[in-house]
Amino acid sequence: MARTSEIPTSEPGSVPTMGRGVQLLLLALGAVVLIGAPFVVYPVFAMTMLCFALFAAAFNLLLGYTGLLSFGHAAFFGGAAYFTAHAAKVWGWNPEFALALGILGATGLGLVIGAIAIRRQGIYFAMITLALAQMFYFFCLQVPFTHGEDGIQAVPRGLLFGFIDLNDTMTMYFFVLAVFVLGLLLIWRFVNSPFGMILKAIRENENRAVSLGYATAQYKLGAFVMSAALAGMAGGLKALVMQFATLTDVDWHMSGQVVLMTLIGGIGTLLGPVLGAGIVIALQNLLATSAFPVTIITGLVFMVCVMLFRRGLIGELAHSRLGRALGLRPPG
Amino acid sequence: MKFLYITAATAALLAGAASAQEISDGKIKIGILNDQSGAYSALGGLGSVEAAKMAVEEVGGTILGMPVEIVSADHQNKADVGSSIAREWLDAGQVDAIMDLTTSSVALAVQTLAGERNKVTMVTGGGTTELTGKACTPYSFHWAYDTHALAVGTGSAVVAEGGDSWFFLTADYAFGYSLEENTTKTVEAAGGKILGSVRHPLNNTDFSAFLLQAQASGSKVVGLASAGTDTQNAIKQAAEFGLTQAGQNLAGLLLMISDVHGLGLQAAQGLYLTETFYWDRDDQSRDFGNRYKERTGAMPTMVQAGTYSAVLSYLKAIEAANSDDAAAVSKQLKSMTINDAFARNATVAPNGRLMNDVFLMQVKTPEESKGEWDYYNVRATIPGAEAYMKPAEAGCPLVTG
Repeated sequence: MARTSEIPTSEPGSVPTMGRGVQLLLLALGAVVLIGAPFVVYPVFAMTMLCFALFAAAFNLLLGYTGLLSFGHAAFFGGAAYFTAHAAKVWGWNPEFALALGILGATGLGLVIGAIAIRRQGIYFAMITLALAQMFYFFCLQVPFTHGEDGIQAVPRGLLFGFIDLNDTMTMYFFVLAVFVLGLLLIWRFVNSPFGMILKAIRENENRAVSLGYATAQYKLGAFVMSAALAGMAGGLKALVMQFATLTDVDWHMSGQVVLMTLIGGIGTLLGPVLGAGIVIALQNLLATSAFPVTIITGLVFMVCVMLFRRGLIGELAHSRLGRALGLRPPG
Repeated sequence: MKFLYITAATAALLAGAASAQEISDGKIKIGILNDQSGAYSALGGLGSVEAAKMAVEEVGGTILGMPVEIVSADHQNKADVGSSIAREWLDAGQVDAIMDLTTSSVALAVQTLAGERNKVTMVTGGGTTELTGKACTPYSFHWAYDTHALAVGTGSAVVAEGGDSWFFLTADYAFGYSLEENTTKTVEAAGGKILGSVRHPLNNTDFSAFLLQAQASGSKVVGLASAGTDTQNAIKQAAEFGLTQAGQNLAGLLLMISDVHGLGLQAAQGLYLTETFYWDRDDQSRDFGNRYKERTGAMPTMVQAGTYSAVLSYLKAIEAANSDDAAAVSKQLKSMTINDAFARNATVAPNGRLMNDVFLMQVKTPEESKGEWDYYNVRATIPGAEAYMKPAEAGCPLVTG
């Protein structure tokens, strides 16, 4: 596989060939789970999970691989949801064009917010992204096309490419799955490209990257815009799945939630955010019908993760003896 | 003799089977979907669930021989969580009706979903008039209140009480504007004057500059076109500024008894507000209020009392229609007169709006109050037909065609 040839996986004590076999097996297992999911769990629930998984993976592209903690990703996610919903409902666009508009809008937002924010580092960067995202939130609260706190409701899913009816839940699921896989492949390709290597170099030591002659600001902006676009892809997709776009998606809680998902799953791993999103969304939905207060339980889970699994679930697994035996690469 | 027994038993079985056919799945399941952990958990929340259970117990737990079950969930004010739960309930959970639905984005999303699946929704928590307007479905009902009724109630009745010049503190977003606009219309129609208005940001903490403007305007009434913490902060700071003592009255356009309880009478005294339920109104409401307080430790808000009424009316409609089919029940509800602890002689409009009475309240002073939860003087009762939008004007396609 291309992956093993590009990245040296040989850890002392592990057998690479066995690792590859296990990896293939895991990949096959993942495929079976994803294809079988809508027949086991509730399809709309599975679709929501995929959307948030893609969102968290996009966020992780920035946090995990570039080392930039953005606290304003809700703006891209929710913004794209609004654009897609508006295009599909008011202008009657096909879902693929509506989604493309959402991604385009998020890219534009990412370019503006990114260009301003990457001038600062660390906590200042996080605060600037939060401030700009809040500005966008209040913009969404007031402009007429978002319908304030009512949100854009009853968004039609429409006909994909003009002939595939997405109102059928199963068809919709496989459309969402296809977009999700496409998104993850993009991220994987991006991270494992020379561009991705430079991003990792910036994360490890920005000054050294500058001294090697890289214009780090441009690379950081590139990563930021890419992350925003993919977050937009997730947001637009969610608007089509749930058939509405509301203020929840642009609220700062959403920005916090995606940080939570990524941390629980494991920063800087490809699968970590996906798993983390699954856990957070599952908790939210399962606890909703129970007598337990949702926010307190999610908070406890977060605390346990921070105190016991510093690297996140996937990160800890990869670092464990079992992970090494399976040939999982420690995040790096 | 034995033959007789067997025949009777067979007949009973057959009768049981026959009535079971009327009820789709052998039981009636009502879902209460609202905010149980966030900002609106005090006005609806688990209290609504308890109120729903009280209604079920009142009919004896069964209707047409079928058990009635209440399920509940916390939508955390997130439309996607609410919508996922609602879909699961309706598609796989055999839920027949969903009620409460705080937060208008969630209410609209779930009402649309349920409409597509021919299921009943009865909103008591959400306030937007859109629910009985463009978003109405043949099976949707809006039970406890709406923002139009609150604005009309407070606007017209306060003017009739002598508060004929107004100044608004408006939260700077669509919800605030619509409250201000609706109230302005009714105040002017009643012969009052608007002296001005100022817009404050959402989730504002410092109202001093805005309150000074309100004071300087010399208006008799200061209208608070906002909700939740904004209204509460404005009231607290107005008390510190001595606005009420100086002769100006505050009018909250969306406030409930749980807010007054939280603010305390010292800060809230003299405040005008509109609710559709007050426990200390007559024997029937007192009885309900006290029973509710025994179970939850607090008096019910209009949302909680409204949920009780919605569940009770829904069950009575099933009994009267002899079926739990959404179309039959909805038709029955729209032809019934609702009479319970919450609503008196109220009818249901073709767009699903319950035309219940609306009360203008004034919060008592600490001296006037005789005990815990003795908070309101009822200043005016506005009939539902005057308080709510006329069904033909609401924009519901079912009515306007």
